[in-house]
Parts: sequence; structure tokens; C-alpha cells
Amino acid sequence: MIKVLFFAQVRELTGCDMLQLEGTYNSVEQLRNELAQRGERWALALEAGKILAAVNQTMVPLTFPLKAGDEVALFPPVTGG
Amino acid sequence: MNSRIVVGPKPFDTQAEYNWLAGDDQDGAVVTFHGKVRHYNLGDDVSKLVLEHYPGMTEKALRDIIEQARQRWTLNRVTIIHRVGEMGAGEDIVMVGVSSTHRSNAFAAAEFMMDILKTQAPFWKRESTPNGDRWLDARDSDHQAVKRWTS
Repeated sequence: MIKVLFFAQVRELTGCDMLQLEGTYNSVEQLRNELAQRGERWALALEAGKILAAVNQTMVPLTFPLKAGDEVALFPPVTGG
Repeated sequence: MNSRIVVGPKPFDTQAEYNWLAGDDQDGAVVTFHGKVRHYNLGDDVSKLVLEHYPGMTEKALRDIIEQARQRWTLNRVTIIHRVGEMGAGEDIVMVGVSSTHRSNAFAAAEFMMDILKTQAPFWKRESTPNGDRWLDARDSDHQAVKRWTS
């Protein structure tokens, strides 16, 4: 089981703030790619090169490997401060 | 540990925060930075700002930023406060404060922490204008600002 969180524009476009997925994913990129095929808005929200990813609350590159129990977050570049 | 991190919706008490930072008389310098909501951005009036964050990761990212600053400079007390939720033009969004023996470490560390926070801490701004609500885009100048600490 993998938990996936979405924030800001990604959350608004997908209309989803959290998913629990049973599948096995080799990397964040594989997860992103599969989610992007859920529909036009998902594809737009999760376009490669436009989002950042965190695994277990640490920012990682999309090539980062995933294992069962991970908390993944997908979000746009941050704009705090 | 002499580090203080607050992430939440409430306005903060600048005087109380300063008093804590300045409370150790071995320090000769206190530097604080306040970031505020501008009433005007990208050609539009801004009536309010909504800050979204990632509870848990945001606090972890701020702890990590303070740790990085402490590895570079000798610092005593360090505060990072970041508000989330809705706030109006003119209100404080963020405060970074540092105390140190001498000013150079405190100035450098405060600027470093703001630069890193802007590109690495999970916060997202959405502003309301007469032309509707919009999410802010990340600014290239913020990424340039980080590079000078890593090059």
C-alpha cells in the first residue's frame, strides 16, 4: 500500500487530496505516469517537469524508488515566504 | 535546543519573538526578517492571500533549514515562524530571526534561511484579485538566490 498526497494546483486539478494505492510502483516517475493516465485533468496536473515530489516528507527526484508503506506527495514548485 | 519553529494560522507577536531572541546577553546581535502580504502583485490589487502547506513535512523542512544554517555559522537562538491559511494585505506571513555573538553570522544566516525556505519548504500561495483567484508561480529569481549559497 502506498499513500499519495496532492497539494495546491495539483490537488485542485485532480479534485483529489489523497489516494491509497494497492499496486507496486518502482519509482515516483512510474506512479506519476500511471496517475497522469486517469484523465485530461490528471495529465495536466501531473505533467512531467512541472511538479515536485516528496517521499516520506523529504523532497526527492522523480527517479526515487518506492516501497510499500511509503507516503508520496506530488505538488507544484513551492511559493512560500 | 535554542530553535523555535511555529507553523499556524495565528498572527505572531513580534515583540515577544524579539524578546526571546534577544534574551541571552552573550549575544551582541539579533537579526530579524519579516515577510508581508503585498497589496499589489503582477499588475493587480491583492485583497487576500491563502497559504497552503503540507502538515508534518513543512515543520520537518524548517527544522532542516535551521540545521543547515547552524552547520554553516555559529548561532545562538533561531526562530522561523510561517503563517498558513487566509491573510490580508499588509499582514505578516513569515518571520526569521537569529541571534549570534556578532552581526555577520546573524545577517548571513537569516538571509540563507529565507532563500532556502522560498524554494524548499512546502508552502503554496494563492492570491485573490479583482480578476479572480490565482496560484502564484515559483520565481526564477528565488532559484538564483539559492545558487549563491551552493556555488
